[in-house]
Amino acid sequence: MTGDAIIAGLAGVLAAAAPVLFAVIGETITERAGVINLSLNGTILLSAMGSFVVASTTGSLLLGFLAGALIGAGVAAIVAFSSITLRQSQVAVGFVLALLCRDLAYFLGNPFMGEAGPRLTATRIPLLSEIPVVGPLLFRQNLMTYLSFILIAAAWLWIYKSRPGLTLRSVGERPRAAFARGANVNRLRFLYTVLGGALVGLAGPAFSLAVKAGWKGTISGLDGIGWIALAITIFGAWNPLRAAFGCYFFALLQWLGVVLQPSLPNVPSQVLQVAPFPLMILALLLVNIGNAEWVERMLAALPERTRHFVARVLRSMRVLPPAGLGVPFERE
Amino acid sequence: MSRLSSRWIPAAFQLGAFFLALGFTTVILLLAGAPPLEAYKQIILGSFGSTVKLADVLVAFVPLLLTTAGVLITFSAGLWNIGVEGQVTLGAIFTTWILRLLLDTALPPWLIIVFGILAGMMGGALWAMLAGALKTFGGVNEIFGGLGLNFVATALTLWLIFGPWKRPGVGSMSGTEPFPEHLWLPQLPGLRLSPFALLLALVAIVLVYVLLQRTYAGLRFKAVGNNLKAAFLLGLPTWRYMLLAFGLCGALAGMAGAIQVEAVYHRLIPSISSGYGFLGLLVAMLIRYRALWAAPVALFFAALNIGGIQLPIVLKLDSTLSGVLQGSLVLFVLLVEGARHRFMEKRARAARAEQSA
Amino acid sequence: MEVKLDKVSKSFGPVRANDGITLEIPSGTIQGILGENGAGKSTLMKILSGFFRADGGGIFLDGAEVSLDSPGDAIAHGVGMLHQDPLDFPTMSSADNFLIGSSGGLRLDRRRAEAALREKAEEIGFALPGDVPLETLTVGERQQLELLRLLWLGARVLILDEPTTGISAPQKVRLFQTLKLLAERGHTIVFVSHKLEDVEEICHRAAVLRHGRLVGQAEPPYDFDGLVELMFGRAVSPGPAQIIPHGHTTLRLDRVGIETARLRIDDFDLEVKAGETIGFAGMEGSGQGLVLRACAGLIRTVAGQIVLENTRMTGRPYRAFRERRVAYLPASRLEDGLVPNMSLTEHFLLSHHERGVFVDWQKGRRDAQLHIDDFNIKGTPAMTVESLSGGNQQRALLALMRTPLSLLLLEQPTRGLDVESTIYIWSKLKDRCMEDTAIIFLSSDLDEILQYSDRIIVFYNGRFSPPLPAADTSVEQLGNLIGGRGV
Repeated sequence: MTGDAIIAGLAGVLAAAAPVLFAVIGETITERAGVINLSLNGTILLSAMGSFVVASTTGSLLLGFLAGALIGAGVAAIVAFSSITLRQSQVAVGFVLALLCRDLAYFLGNPFMGEAGPRLTATRIPLLSEIPVVGPLLFRQNLMTYLSFILIAAAWLWIYKSRPGLTLRSVGERPRAAFARGANVNRLRFLYTVLGGALVGLAGPAFSLAVKAGWKGTISGLDGIGWIALAITIFGAWNPLRAAFGCYFFALLQWLGVVLQPSLPNVPSQVLQVAPFPLMILALLLVNIGNAEWVERMLAALPERTRHFVARVLRSMRVLPPAGLGVPFERE
Repeated sequence: MSRLSSRWIPAAFQLGAFFLALGFTTVILLLAGAPPLEAYKQIILGSFGSTVKLADVLVAFVPLLLTTAGVLITFSAGLWNIGVEGQVTLGAIFTTWILRLLLDTALPPWLIIVFGILAGMMGGALWAMLAGALKTFGGVNEIFGGLGLNFVATALTLWLIFGPWKRPGVGSMSGTEPFPEHLWLPQLPGLRLSPFALLLALVAIVLVYVLLQRTYAGLRFKAVGNNLKAAFLLGLPTWRYMLLAFGLCGALAGMAGAIQVEAVYHRLIPSISSGYGFLGLLVAMLIRYRALWAAPVALFFAALNIGGIQLPIVLKLDSTLSGVLQGSLVLFVLLVEGARHRFMEKRARAARAEQSA
Repeated sequence: MEVKLDKVSKSFGPVRANDGITLEIPSGTIQGILGENGAGKSTLMKILSGFFRADGGGIFLDGAEVSLDSPGDAIAHGVGMLHQDPLDFPTMSSADNFLIGSSGGLRLDRRRAEAALREKAEEIGFALPGDVPLETLTVGERQQLELLRLLWLGARVLILDEPTTGISAPQKVRLFQTLKLLAERGHTIVFVSHKLEDVEEICHRAAVLRHGRLVGQAEPPYDFDGLVELMFGRAVSPGPAQIIPHGHTTLRLDRVGIETARLRIDDFDLEVKAGETIGFAGMEGSGQGLVLRACAGLIRTVAGQIVLENTRMTGRPYRAFRERRVAYLPASRLEDGLVPNMSLTEHFLLSHHERGVFVDWQKGRRDAQLHIDDFNIKGTPAMTVESLSGGNQQRALLALMRTPLSLLLLEQPTRGLDVESTIYIWSKLKDRCMEDTAIIFLSSDLDEILQYSDRIIVFYNGRFSPPLPAADTSVEQLGNLIGGRGV
């Protein structure tokens, strides 16, 4: 492959990762507050369909994107309401919504299948886009991709460098203690779930109005993206930078799957496409293994120095999810 | 509150949820510009309108009942077995493998078919226990483990269909080479339904009911699912029971996969699980995990699925309307139940405050 | 700031945690609140700090009635609470911990926070390291950090809940100096404790709570006996202690070592005979819980041997211990010991099942009823255990134990129970001893330890006393050992 083709391909990877980034960062924020929104797959399909329909009927891309965000926020609001106010299981409600919203998307979107609609085209940034290598890679993207770059930075700054972000982390880490410090835990959980949902909702139009424009129903290849986003969220350990790495890695693997296919006829394309999942499982294993009871028992049997060393290694690998993730908070 | 009324109130709420779901679906239909009553009529006709259609409903009923029966066990043990889709798929893969293996041998066909089903059960059980092992020994949440394994199962299927098991010539999405008729589960004349498959499914749900309600194993599952720590202290080998729950569910899901291969498609196709795994989870949630209601509700959902096939033909609507009805039913039941609990909680709290004042 | 509680009441279901408590605390006072476990101290403080809302009565700060609906509200009014187990964020840094909950701009200026922290620390006289992960600080240092934070946020009323638990002696000296300084400056300090010497050393006055009511107030010089009587009341006599003969050695611990992230126990020796009762005393987290769990195989020792009835059990899992007739009753009955949604019948079926695949429900119900009658449990076989009261849950737990037992291990057997239940349960336990069961229990109730143990071991920070004969030990001796003096 020529150098230019590689750069163009990588630029495509960045663009393809943008929608997933929106979803993953949205879910990261939600889970940081202690809520799991399992409905991602359905939400993204529904918002992709909905934003496409709105955009093509009104002719306005902006309205389309807004519709997507609203849909995402709406579904997330249902999850938040049922879990925070009604104290139903987040997993149950999220799972049902994942299936329901998917079917809604296909059903309502049926008449619009295959139609052409407005498409977000690339915007070259003057001057910067002429820099060799970096220019074509970074600065000839469409608006959503630029926004995704900004989103990573914004999320990171928010979570780690802002006062409300500190409160968010405290709510996820230890809701009781955050409550003792004056945080309105349930209200914050609600807000962050809806905010995260809105970001997830933007992932839909980022596909149907940009990356793979149009609504093609079951052939759109979108089905499953929401589950992948959930996996990457866990892999990203609730850290926007690591999550971004996961998204780009995933998009890269997808691209490699297409590119390398002709040269490796014996390796099926499915292998590379599915690679994120075994990797995610492996990551989850490594991260949790220190907590397993049999590991603790085994540790106790080791001689002292070895034991301390292994314990230290395990502790450094350990990534704890926000405590109380999925558990409703009650003040009394 | 009299005992009579306290039995009817939950039922009343659930009926309310049903009407809410119906109302929601009607709104969706109106949004799509379709006549609601006509749509419902088509669904009913599409599922009960003729013997062929009734048979088709039963064909869909069988795998759904099997997966529902399976996840009732895992739910009882407190597990979210989202990986059930992959377990159905692995069952189908193992069945196809055994059938291909024994295809040209001198074994009597009925024996090969039986081996096929057993292989399917084993495949599903192994896949399920893999998710279980990841959870019990690796601390990997079964939701994400199951999800990941679902995708791996799908990829495995595709690889087999386009790779080692492809049809002579070029692999295609239509699946592997169909099996000769003597390796089909016998069907009723003129219909696609196999009475053996139906029997297997019904026996399965009865066994699951007995298991959960009348055996010590069922009691242990319940303890493990309700309070793992206490179950452990009470002396239960908790991880063994969790793995057992996964294994049993996987076996039933694998059986569903086996039946899909032997009785419905007669070959391995890309999406052999057809969503029956997830739908089984929905049915289990809808019946609030009471095995007694599994068969009727699964039948209802199967009827919706088959009936929905009419919609594109007659009304140019997508058949996913059935999915909308199914999903909204479960959603509203969950919402209504939550509302009822909060309502009762508030009343109890008010009563207590009155007492202490 | 002057604090006045006027007829404050709070109930949890049928339990009256606080019953019409009226108390006035002038500015600059260090007010002690004494009481045994369950007297209502924690509840009252949680109401004052905004965690709970009182059912009745009012709170007045500097004469004006206030409504403290949340901890945030309380802080805004200048009331801050230092919890017994600091409600902080161990996974975050000390600077972040200092900042969480403070108001200010959008941007987080950690450097300014660190400077403010250092300033405040110097002002009060604490020596805290710079921005470090909170896990690396000792309990005493975390407490100091929390205190500084509350002061920084402008707290005029400071509530300290058992503040001397788990801190070292020099840290306690420093803490008391600080409290005196703050009181001189006009802060009002509420000092909740069960330790009489601490209250004597630092409190200007002491109020005693018992069974949710304010039963007395005292000023220095304190009459300890009088205070103890107010706190515990005239005890219902449990009767003379039974004489139970001791048999063979049931359990032997030889130079056992246990290690966790926080605590290390070395060279623990113990020999327990059949029929004997050993009491483990000490503040929570001093190591007694770990040793108890090791005796059941729930945690694995890193050194030493455990021998049960002449069988080497070191390193074997809980299941093996259970098979050899060892039983373990956890302190949190509903969270750890019972399955909330299951009925009594189902529990008995599970626990007493020997063989057979199918459940005989009728027989199970009859069996359950037998146990219910035997243990005087107020409930029916069909009732779920979560609908039982605490005392009945404990009786159920006991009834679930198999007979006969070699070794019975109990965590806080009568926590939260009324006197009648306590006596009943102990009579049942002593019945077991007559059948050659050895008992080891841990308890924070000194009277229970003294009354029912043959020998007592006191734990402090991973260290432990030699076994003390209960007949020769006094409450004061125990109290000293528990507080770390002499272990």
